[in-house]
Amino acid sequence: MPRREDMKNRNYAAIAAADRVFLLVVYAAAGLFVLLVAMLFVELVHGSWPSIVAFKFKFLWTSEWNPVTGQFGALPLIYGTLVTSLIAIVLAGFVGILAAAYLAEFAPGWIARPLGFVIELLAAVPSVVFGLWGLFVLAPFVRTVLGPFLQKTLGFLPLFQGSISGVGMLTAGLILALMVLPTVTAISREVIVAIGSDLREASMSLGATKWETVARVVIPASRVGIFGAIVLALGRALGETIATTMVIGNRPEIAASLFAPSYTLASVIANEFTEANGTVYISALVELGLLLFIVSFLVNAMARLLLWAVLREKS
Amino acid sequence: MSSSDTAPLRVIDLNAYYGTRQAVADVTMSFAPNAVTALMGPSGCGKTTILRCLNRIHEIAPGAYARGQVLLDGEDVYESHISVIELRRRVGMVFQRANPFPTLSILGNVTAGLSRNVPSSEKMRVAEKALRSAALWDEVKDKLQKPATALSGGQQQRLCIARALAVEPEVLLMDEPTSSLDPISTLSIEELMTALADEYAIVVVTHNMQQAARVSDYSAFMLADEHGVGRLIEMDETTKIFTKPSDRRTEDYITGRFG
Repeated sequence: MPRREDMKNRNYAAIAAADRVFLLVVYAAAGLFVLLVAMLFVELVHGSWPSIVAFKFKFLWTSEWNPVTGQFGALPLIYGTLVTSLIAIVLAGFVGILAAAYLAEFAPGWIARPLGFVIELLAAVPSVVFGLWGLFVLAPFVRTVLGPFLQKTLGFLPLFQGSISGVGMLTAGLILALMVLPTVTAISREVIVAIGSDLREASMSLGATKWETVARVVIPASRVGIFGAIVLALGRALGETIATTMVIGNRPEIAASLFAPSYTLASVIANEFTEANGTVYISALVELGLLLFIVSFLVNAMARLLLWAVLREKS
Repeated sequence: MSSSDTAPLRVIDLNAYYGTRQAVADVTMSFAPNAVTALMGPSGCGKTTILRCLNRIHEIAPGAYARGQVLLDGEDVYESHISVIELRRRVGMVFQRANPFPTLSILGNVTAGLSRNVPSSEKMRVAEKALRSAALWDEVKDKLQKPATALSGGQQQRLCIARALAVEPEVLLMDEPTSSLDPISTLSIEELMTALADEYAIVVVTHNMQQAARVSDYSAFMLADEHGVGRLIEMDETTKIFTKPSDRRTEDYITGRFG
């Protein structure tokens, strides 16, 4: 009898110990992310220190980016990054949510499955391929067809004035929209599918049509998840490098016209890093990386805050 | 049993399917006005499927369909000019789990079935009437703008009843409306059913025999046959079903010998 008691006690102790080890492993895995982000941040600040000392906050709001004279102001790059990402997210958000609603609610299985596959395929296309396509197909299209059309119809807006060279913020925004579209669509679709049939039935039992049910019940009920999809896509658009670099024109200027060439934080780093000489120049590029990090973080934080405020107001 | 000619809702030779699987075979029954009719039987006997055929919500599941007649005031809802939209507005439904629209307020939920063109004063009037009928008005009249999800489970279910009543149906279908509620909430919903029977024909699916005995005027007992196809065993006044059922299987079920 006492032996059996011993066995029991030892087993419980062993189980408790195993639990603690498991807990530790889980904590470590999650903690790794915090550590990585912190180290990345520290390293970026360290690398950009000479530039931070040299330009202080002027780095943020001066517009001259001139390696020859040693003047580095990142404002045009922040502007280019935000504008192209905004174009991308507006277009991809609009199309992506509609496509997700179609896939989840209306498409029969024999359409939804292959279509879902095609969308995933689009996500797997390397960004340099998007860039090439953008440069050789989309840019000429913008120059000869889309640009003149927008100018004719919406030319009274400063957004659509000026000369159209084909490469510029609009083309970059369009390419980015294509690139983040699969993200928005695939995640929104998952979210919409996850909405229980009880809400659909509640709506339809009141005499709502399928369309009314989707527009007024299903999509509102999935808004938090759809919002998450858009934030994720925005993160990708902000940091996208190669494709943007190939079609944006790479000129650090702030122009109202979406046809004008611009530059993004990521593009500058990619374009200039190999040729950068001098401590301050290299350090200014690292500071662009830091800025990109902060911009992404702020956009994410603001999006979450906005969502939180909207949800709070309701309750 | 009431004269089936005056019954607002009748089912004749109804067969219902999920794809190739038949769930219900050859069911004929009628539902009396101003009365509660209970559909009871063990799980898988097809009672919920019958209920879902009455407002044609059965067929929104992929591959689901029904054959036979469902007569609403003498018109076959599967054949006649009655659109499925109109049908569902005339035959309201309350579900097993309370399913208020989570993004809408209490008021928004009650008026969800009304046209957007209805002026807000009219919406308010309809909402108050429906909420009073659902015995919820006194509890929510000061917080109509709060989200529906802030209510308790029993309140949410009464809100769903109010939402169904707001479109002024003739028949109210209830699919095990108390199965996820505590005993006190269950009692209030049962009292509500009895009260609502003054104005509506109520069809309630329940696997709870005591509930059927407490609230219903008529009861139908269903059972799946050896192929798993649900069939109507008998239907009669509830007192008769519970005191001297004409079928042996009904007696076995209500005395707890199986199911």
